[in-house]
Amino acid sequence: MDHGNDDTENLLTAVRAAIALRQPLSIQGGGSKGFYGNAGSGAPLDVTGHRGIVAYEPTELVLTARAGTRLTAIEQILADHGQMLSFEPPHFGPSATLGGTVACGLSGPRRPFSGSVRDAVLGLKLINGHGELLHMGGQVIKNVAGFDVARLLTGALGSLGVILEVSIKVLPRPETEATLRLAADPPAALRHMQALQRLPWPLSGLAYQGGHFWLRLAGAEQAVSAAAKRLGGDCPEDQEGFWNSLKEQRLAFFGGQEPLWRLSLPPAHPHLSAWDDTVIDWGGGLRWIKCPDPADQLFNLARQAGGHACRFRGGNRAEPCFQPLPPPLLALHQRLKQAFDPLRIFNRGRLRPEI
Amino acid sequence: MPYRVHSSEQIRHRVDKAYFVRLLSEHLKPDELLSAEEDVKPYECDGLSSHRARPWLVALPESIDQLRAVLGLCQTHNVPVVARGAGTGLSGGALPIDNGVLLCLSKFRRIIEIDPANRLVRVEPGVRNSAVSEAVRRYGLYYAPDPSSQIACTIGGNVAENSGGVHCLKYGLTVHNVAAAKLLTLDGELLELGSDAWDASGYDLLALVCGSEGLLGILVEVTLRLLPLPETAHTLLAGFDSVGQAGRAVADIIGAGLLPAGLEMMDNPAIRAAEQFVHAGYPSEAAALILCELDGNLAQVEADRERAHRILEDCGASTLRIATDPAERMRMWAGRKAAFPAVGRLSPDYYCMDGTIPRQRLAEVLGGIAEAGQRYGLAIANVFHAGDGNLHPLILYDANRSGELEKAEALGAEILELCVTVGGTITGEHGVGSEKIDQMCVQFSDAELNQFHRLKRAFDPAGLLNPGKAIPSLHRCAEFGAMHVRGGRLPHPELERF
Ligand SMILES: Cc1cc2nc3c(=O)[nH]c(=O)nc-3n(C[C@H](O)[C@H](O)[C@H](O)COP(=O)(O)OP(=O)(O)OC[C@H]3O[C@@H](n4cnc5c(N)ncnc54)[C@H](O)[C@@H]3O)c2cc1C
Repeated sequence: MDHGNDDTENLLTAVRAAIALRQPLSIQGGGSKGFYGNAGSGAPLDVTGHRGIVAYEPTELVLTARAGTRLTAIEQILADHGQMLSFEPPHFGPSATLGGTVACGLSGPRRPFSGSVRDAVLGLKLINGHGELLHMGGQVIKNVAGFDVARLLTGALGSLGVILEVSIKVLPRPETEATLRLAADPPAALRHMQALQRLPWPLSGLAYQGGHFWLRLAGAEQAVSAAAKRLGGDCPEDQEGFWNSLKEQRLAFFGGQEPLWRLSLPPAHPHLSAWDDTVIDWGGGLRWIKCPDPADQLFNLARQAGGHACRFRGGNRAEPCFQPLPPPLLALHQRLKQAFDPLRIFNRGRLRPEI
Repeated sequence: MPYRVHSSEQIRHRVDKAYFVRLLSEHLKPDELLSAEEDVKPYECDGLSSHRARPWLVALPESIDQLRAVLGLCQTHNVPVVARGAGTGLSGGALPIDNGVLLCLSKFRRIIEIDPANRLVRVEPGVRNSAVSEAVRRYGLYYAPDPSSQIACTIGGNVAENSGGVHCLKYGLTVHNVAAAKLLTLDGELLELGSDAWDASGYDLLALVCGSEGLLGILVEVTLRLLPLPETAHTLLAGFDSVGQAGRAVADIIGAGLLPAGLEMMDNPAIRAAEQFVHAGYPSEAAALILCELDGNLAQVEADRERAHRILEDCGASTLRIATDPAERMRMWAGRKAAFPAVGRLSPDYYCMDGTIPRQRLAEVLGGIAEAGQRYGLAIANVFHAGDGNLHPLILYDANRSGELEKAEALGAEILELCVTVGGTITGEHGVGSEKIDQMCVQFSDAELNQFHRLKRAFDPAGLLNPGKAIPSLHRCAEFGAMHVRGGRLPHPELERF
């Protein structure tokens, strides 16, 4: 096991110096998700030197690694032991790190079936805006001692502290997986997805793309082949290819100049008929659309549907990209920011202009 | 034993009780407000009966407007508030405060909406855990977290404690099965956390509220995620001649890539107690027993069952049985599910611990527990959520024998500290409450505790919600630490010791 490098002391020193100077910092991992979120500001704080897998015992189903560890290295060691990250994170480039993955909180196609990043996070070490080194949560699967700060930091886009080390729950890799493809338009695909999720099918992916409903089955050989036989459809040649292109956004749909929107909706919400050119993931829970419309229109639409929208890529980065929060919730967000980072040192403006 | 909040954690006020009753009476009907000694007595404790305090007042509102009014008055007059669901908590989280209002959510028992298409159900916080699965069964759905107390405990309590059950290795704790919640803050703001989608905008406040033990706000509505009922479930029962063998079997099952719905272990005292109580057919001579449940679709379960069977055999199981029909399965589980009351029959009182450890340290920790038990002269039975390393040592004692409760508590504290030393935690699913608040000083540093306090103040600036629970004051820790070591290190190592 590559034990990497422990850069804690340097990072603590850098953060404390920034606090003394009231110098905002922009926390930098591999830079693979630099496009995500609002623009943010601050002097770069490079955490990629803080890397290495600290502990991994396959039979405990827990892996602990420093934030700068490459996601590819983690996935490799897990694969060597027949395990995987349950949330199938998008990398968006070879330089993706564990810290960035946790800070962005993005999960891949497996999410509805085996959980999200935050579901897998068990504990983490961080540096808060007081320049203190804190260890929150733990390295065991079950732990309810203290507030769940580790999950609070997941998806917080670095705004509450520098993530130094993360412990995550990992899962056994399914014995087999099989991908099926059926011709369908978006409404038909959504109906299929809904029906399948009401029954205990061995699923690990439900998506729509390019006139096809895609489904992935996972489990024991017998279970997968029995289900495949009953469900029908054809088996595309490159089985994993589609799911990889979906999660890494390499499908043709994701190209082009128009702003790309991510709408996270209750999965059974009807098809958004204004956008037939769409990609649907998470069994209907995630709708990707391309749209030049003013942001407010999409925020309203998502809110009325019981979900939220985010301008994921492109568009005017000076405008807030995340769904606005109701005023009392925003005020609470500001108080929480204050509780962790009173001088607003970390990733100022990245999550929200006010944070 | 009467329990008092540490002086540094007390909220002081001089509000006259009769006066406050008059103020509250404007919003609550007479039967919704209890103040007489004999009326409030039943609320003296939760499931941790060794900690008791007489509540000042007990409020049983039935509407959000009433709740808001009660919280508003408490805020104005600086009166502390403790929320209570069914009072089955095992860590004193719902222990009342002698100058505070105990806010019972038991009248909030409506199932508001079942949404089978999105596999969600929206409920009030006083709905019982098992009532949820009963209500959605006709849609072929169920709610996965199943604490053994499920026929009594409430969803509000489950969220506040982030409760688990015997199926959480595969299906997760409460936090993994909640989509949204409405939280009423002291200043009357109703915050909507989470959403009906798979995630929500902003900080993950829903995760933060799970396990927050009533310190951040009052949960007034919860949306739970449902799962399709599994097609089938099979259970294997294996007896072993040593705890070490059983521990290895658990590691091998997981190492082989199986993810059982439940993977439970009991030691010999627990096996005997359960067998005498419910006659589940357990091998009374075995040193350890494993229950391994596999669920899902039939083809999957049959494949997994064969692999699990082979592993249990290879690890030297001295007894090995399989239950494939529901009645036989229920019988196998009956012993495990009744383990606490079964042990309760052996002894006038028992004290249930809840530490979690890395599983590889199991044999060592069980050895340490047995040794400590002998030192204190108290018997211990162990029930163990083996799949996720969550131990429930049950310490047997007799509260009527002078000094025995104190001995049991001291032994319990030692066990928890042993869990922290091996890299685990003081509580896997029962919460900190009043019970383990001193051990929080062992698990967390002052800086970490301070961060928790600042976080709490973002929700509850005056600190009126459940003071003296879950997060200790630094004064308490300083007092506790004066007699204690943290993680093998003495506090203030710079000081000379003799
Ligand atoms: C026999 C037995 C077996 C048990 N088995 C398990 C088990 O397998 N797994 C497990 O995890 N636990 C178990 N428990 C513990 C207990 O049942 C759980 O902690 C349960 O979730 C408590 O629910 P309750 O409604 O009784 O809450 P209470 O005990 O009334 O309260 C618990 C905490 O929640 C807070 N609270 C309650 N309602 C609200 C609300 N609406 N808003 C904000 N805060 C609130 C209270 O202030 C308190 O801090 C068991 C207990 C018993 C007695």
